[in-house]
Amino acid sequence: MLRFIIRRLLVTIPMILVVITLTWGLIRLAPGNFYSGEKKIPKAVEKNIREKYGLNKPWYVQYGRTMGHIVRLDFGDSLKYQGQSVNTIIARSLPVSATVGILAYLLALIVGITVGSIAALKQNSKWDYASMALAMLGISIPNFVLGPLLVLLFSLALYWLPPSRWSGFPSRSVVLPVLTLSAIYMAYIARLTRAGMLEVLRSDYIRTARAKGLRERDVVIRHALRGGIMPVVSFTGPALAFLLTGTVVVERIFALPGLGNYFIQASLNRDEPLILGIVAFIAMTLLIMNLLVDIAYAFLDPRIRY
Amino acid sequence: MEDERPLIHTDPEFAVAETDVHVIEGSGTVIGTSLWKDAWRRLLKNKLAVFGLIVVITITVVSLIGPLIIKAATGYTYDFIPNNVVLIKSMPPLTGPEGSFSWAHPMGTDNSGRDLLARVLLGGRISLMVGIISTMVSLIIGISYGAVAGYLGGRIDNLMMRLVDVLYSLPYIILVIVLLAMFRSKTPVGQLVLLFIALGSVSWLTMARIVRGQVLSLKNQEFVLAARATGVSTTRIIFRHLVPNTLGPVIVYATLTIPSVMLTEAFLSFLGFGVQPPLASWGSLAADGIQNIGIFPWQLIFPGVTMALTLFSLNFLGDGLRDALDPQMRKA
Amino acid sequence: MSKSKGKLLEVRDLCTYFETEDGTVKAVDGISFALERGETLGIVGESGSGKSVSNLSVIRLIPTPPGEIVSGEIIFKGQDILLLTEDEVRKIRGRRIAMIFQDPMTSLNPFMKISSQLMEITQLHLGYDKSRAYNHAIKMLETVGIPDAAERVDSYPHEFSGGMRQRVMIAMALSCEPELLIADEPTTALDVTIQAQILELIKKLKQDTGTSVILITHDLGVVAGMTDHVVVMYAGKVFEQAPTRELFAAPGNPYTKGLLRSVPDPTDEQGKLYQIPGLPPDVAHLGPGCPFAPRCARVEEICRKEFPPFVQLNANHFSLCHFAGDVFDESRKESDSTIETEQ
Repeated sequence: MLRFIIRRLLVTIPMILVVITLTWGLIRLAPGNFYSGEKKIPKAVEKNIREKYGLNKPWYVQYGRTMGHIVRLDFGDSLKYQGQSVNTIIARSLPVSATVGILAYLLALIVGITVGSIAALKQNSKWDYASMALAMLGISIPNFVLGPLLVLLFSLALYWLPPSRWSGFPSRSVVLPVLTLSAIYMAYIARLTRAGMLEVLRSDYIRTARAKGLRERDVVIRHALRGGIMPVVSFTGPALAFLLTGTVVVERIFALPGLGNYFIQASLNRDEPLILGIVAFIAMTLLIMNLLVDIAYAFLDPRIRY
Repeated sequence: MEDERPLIHTDPEFAVAETDVHVIEGSGTVIGTSLWKDAWRRLLKNKLAVFGLIVVITITVVSLIGPLIIKAATGYTYDFIPNNVVLIKSMPPLTGPEGSFSWAHPMGTDNSGRDLLARVLLGGRISLMVGIISTMVSLIIGISYGAVAGYLGGRIDNLMMRLVDVLYSLPYIILVIVLLAMFRSKTPVGQLVLLFIALGSVSWLTMARIVRGQVLSLKNQEFVLAARATGVSTTRIIFRHLVPNTLGPVIVYATLTIPSVMLTEAFLSFLGFGVQPPLASWGSLAADGIQNIGIFPWQLIFPGVTMALTLFSLNFLGDGLRDALDPQMRKA
Repeated sequence: MSKSKGKLLEVRDLCTYFETEDGTVKAVDGISFALERGETLGIVGESGSGKSVSNLSVIRLIPTPPGEIVSGEIIFKGQDILLLTEDEVRKIRGRRIAMIFQDPMTSLNPFMKISSQLMEITQLHLGYDKSRAYNHAIKMLETVGIPDAAERVDSYPHEFSGGMRQRVMIAMALSCEPELLIADEPTTALDVTIQAQILELIKKLKQDTGTSVILITHDLGVVAGMTDHVVVMYAGKVFEQAPTRELFAAPGNPYTKGLLRSVPDPTDEQGKLYQIPGLPPDVAHLGPGCPFAPRCARVEEICRKEFPPFVQLNANHFSLCHFAGDVFDESRKESDSTIETEQ
């Protein structure tokens, strides 16, 4: 197991570098740059700026310099937000995104697994049809439609929850963003759990468990659940990647000062250091989370041994 | 005559056995159906899938010919801004400029007085087109890649699949966003092409995996052996023999990819990276609509609900197809 | 309460049907059999004969959306199991009637340790605490012949071979010293050499604990060596039942004769393998006559039109056939002549 982890980590680092390189390449290949806005800058000023940022050197020198800094985790200062280092910005905005993301996924797991299991147990009943129809709805409503609708309902009509303000975790401002983000995952997880549980409940070892005289509750929780949630565990890997993009949309809708929002702004502003910094961070997070998911998989299924 | 060696033993002990399997009276006749007819029959029994199919077809048809009808009837198009300044404002559905009832704008107007119905229909055209074409792009790439890898097997297969694994764990969407942000095309059409390629390149990975899996299990079957024995070239074997037999899961996955791609395009447009004005997709309409959510909520609701309905139907259809083609997953 | 005359288990007119898309499948259609204490009863039949379903019905393990035990009585030690509540049946399952299944690969939970799977039975039914249950589990593994039981008890199922897994299943089944063990094709999925070992194990455990056994199989060889009585099933009905030796020596039913003929005999000079012609019937669409008529060697008009009677040939021998008596007489003559030629 340890060797597996080390091997994975060794592969991860080059991959992150590849991602950063690709991003850097895209930014540089594109026409224009940070300074090609509507305002025309005097030639002399432009020359100064180019010298300051080393933009007059050949591309491989620039690449080398940038990467050299990056491997030391120095992403420089943001071009747009003068005086603020990229690392500071990331450190400040990360907790916001992390809170929303983690809460959303936890909520999705709890609700999704419960609903999916019950649907599987009461297959073809009204509960089953209703919850699966609801799940289908959850998959089909885009989060940028759901979010504003929730705001419409709970903020503007009912005054229960604030529309777009961020007061950190234990406040009510968390509810709507988390719900909006969580909805689609609740739906997916419910469906996956239902499918997984149905498959497991048909298997021979469940028949054995029942033949032993176990209560149905024990059959489900002790025996069926372990195998039934496997599809959900596999799903968590790719789900995290989508969670990222979902967070971006949710942060835009609710104007949350999170990583996603900064990323979009940086892309629109062509703020190269910030873009690279966030991309590197995201890539690293994703790869590590995928590794954790694989490890979790091995823990849950004793047949898998790395 | 003495050197003639009989090809078949004449010893009665080695005679070919008589088979005893014959049709037993009363056991009924078996009507053979092809896989597709069978699947189609099962699909039709699934009411939700049929509902999905009908809705999808309806929306597609309406999106295609609706704008023509509207233009003929009222002269409105998706980018028609009225000359009269008084009319350049958001109007609620079925209302005229003074607040009185009017058939002119069944879905109301947006900030610039453009007819929302026409724009929603345009959104439909664009969103569906992006969904379908991008899915086809990913199909072509994915099927070719997966089939080749599966058929050639061995080291090449290993290498190709490792590449897929590596690509799979990259944060694709991030790169796509950067790509679209950097390379804003000058023309809306150019932007669309960029979208086709970008979105198509996101979903081919899973398709490749599916196709490879299917090909792996098929390639050892006898019809492949027969084809090779008669000298059919490798390319032909892959594309004329193996690929048609992988169509089942491919169709299912494609039907489920279309809504997923449409969702991706929608949120890209929502963020401003996708479809550019004056064109519109449901995502960009939603972005416009959010601006006025408090006062004119319909500007978001109409495109949003239409999109949700379409995705809903596509998902049901995809589910139904999967159930129809794979009987083991059936409920009872 | 009907008297069962000291019989451990008596099944009367059991009917278990399944509602499917193709119609009502009468998997078990009016079967009756009985088991005395300390006996081994063999239930023989081809796939689809209803042998598994009838035994799953005994402990009410039929999945209820498609299946249902429609009628009949299952008298276990004087109590009709079909009249009990779900809770009461659960107390019987695993505790007084235990069942082991065909495929040990899939019948054990791959995600749980063997120890947990063994312990939960005694913890549930006998109220053992953790350490007592654990030690009992080790003891059971030793009883079924697993070497190094104390070390291996914490392993997972995939770490055992097929034969070992079946032994674990047997250990699980006998943990609470049940009065009846139902073994549903316990050796079909195993290698031939392992088969013999498992059967010997069952025999030995039966002698040691006095458990009665129902052995379900399609293999007549297994039946010959292990059972006291045999029930032959076909298309959801009992076609013949008799003490084992008598069934083999003088079968009273053409189906049974066909089965016996199908067993390859290495000493047979002829060299041709016999098989009963045709295939088992579609139990959802049976005709009015004898279900075996389409395949029977001595079929006559009446067989196709009328359902055969359940004929009592002697004290313990019954056969479902219009010509039961004739078939039985022929068989006796054949076996007498065989005995003569052997002498």
